[in-house]
Amino acid sequence: MKYIKQLCMIAAVCLVAEAMEYFIPLPVAASIYGLLIMLVLLLTKVIKLEMVEDVADFLSGNMAIMFIPPTVGIMACVEEMKAMLVPLFVISIVSTILIMAVTGKVSQFIIRKTKREEK
Amino acid sequence: MQELLSNSTYFAVVLTLICFQIGIWFKKKTGWAVATPLLTATIIIIAALLIFDIPYESYKEGAEIISFFLTPATVCLAIPLYRQIELLKKYPKAIFGGIIAGVLTTMVSIFVMSLAFGLNHQQYVTLLPKSITTAIGMGISEKMGGIVTITVVSISITGILGNVIAESFLKFLKIEEPIAKGLAIGTASHALGTTKAMEMGEVEGAMSSLSIVVTGILTVLAISVFAPLI
Repeated sequence: MKYIKQLCMIAAVCLVAEAMEYFIPLPVAASIYGLLIMLVLLLTKVIKLEMVEDVADFLSGNMAIMFIPPTVGIMACVEEMKAMLVPLFVISIVSTILIMAVTGKVSQFIIRKTKREEK
Repeated sequence: MQELLSNSTYFAVVLTLICFQIGIWFKKKTGWAVATPLLTATIIIIAALLIFDIPYESYKEGAEIISFFLTPATVCLAIPLYRQIELLKKYPKAIFGGIIAGVLTTMVSIFVMSLAFGLNHQQYVTLLPKSITTAIGMGISEKMGGIVTITVVSISITGILGNVIAESFLKFLKIEEPIAKGLAIGTASHALGTTKAMEMGEVEGAMSSLSIVVTGILTVLAISVFAPLI
C-alpha cells in the first residue's frame, strides 16, 4: 500500500506537468515541469519526503535502463546520419568535452574561492 | 521465429533487462570505465535485433513500458535535489556561474565548429540543443526547423560520452569538488550523464540533476540568440 500511495503521488505530479506542457507554449518537456513542481511541493512541505522517497529513489536510481530503448533508436536513422556523419560526431564529442571541462573548472574555482573567503 | 519475436509483448522487455544485467556483469568483470551497462546493453540489443531481423519499431513498441518510466524518474530527480538544497543556498554563485559558463561554451563551440564544417542553418540548429535532456532538445530542434532524429542521435552520443568519460576525465582535470563534478556532468551530458553522477555520490547526483533543469531553461533562451547566426 505504501508503494502504491507513493507511485500515485508521483504519477499525479506527472499528470499536472503534462497539462502544463500542453497549455504553456514553450519547448519544455513535461518531465521538467514535473521536476519543478515536485521540488516546490517538497520545499513548501505540501509533500513530505517520506511520502515519495522509496519509489522515487528506485526510479531515479534505475534511470540507465530507461534510456536503453531510445538509445537503440540510433539504428533506425542511419540514412539521415550519413549526410552529416563526420560533423555530427566531431561536434558532439568535442563540445561535450569542452563543456564538461569549462563547467567543472569554473564552478570549482568559485567554490574554492568562496571557501577561502569563509576562512 | 522472427515473426514470433517481433509480435511478442515481452521479448523487448526481457531482452532489455537481460542485456542490462550482462552490462553490469561486464562492467564488474573488466572494470573498464568505457564499459557502461547502457553502452554494452545497447550494442548487444542492436546486434540481436539485426541478427533476428526484427525492425526497431517492434522493439520500441515492446520496450515502451521501460521508457515510459523516464518522465516519472526525471520528476523524482527533485528528491536528491531537495535533500541537497542547502548546498544550493551555500554556493549559488559557483552553481549558476558554472552552468552559465557551460551553456555559453555549448553555443560558442557548436557555432564555431558548424562554421568550420560549413553546415547549413538546418544542420546547425539540429546540433545546438545537443547537451540538454532529450525531451526538451527534441522540442527545440523541431521548433527551430532542425532534423529531430539527428538531434536525438547527437543527444545520445553526448550522453553516452559523458557517462563513459566523466569519472576519468574529471580526475584528469583535477576537478575534485563533488559539486563541481556534478555540475560538469549534468551541464555537459544531461540525464544520461546524471545516471553516472548518481553512482558517484548523492551530492554529484543532485548537482547533476539541478544542471539538467537549469541548462535546459538557459539553453532555450540562448538558442533564440544563437540560432539566427548561421
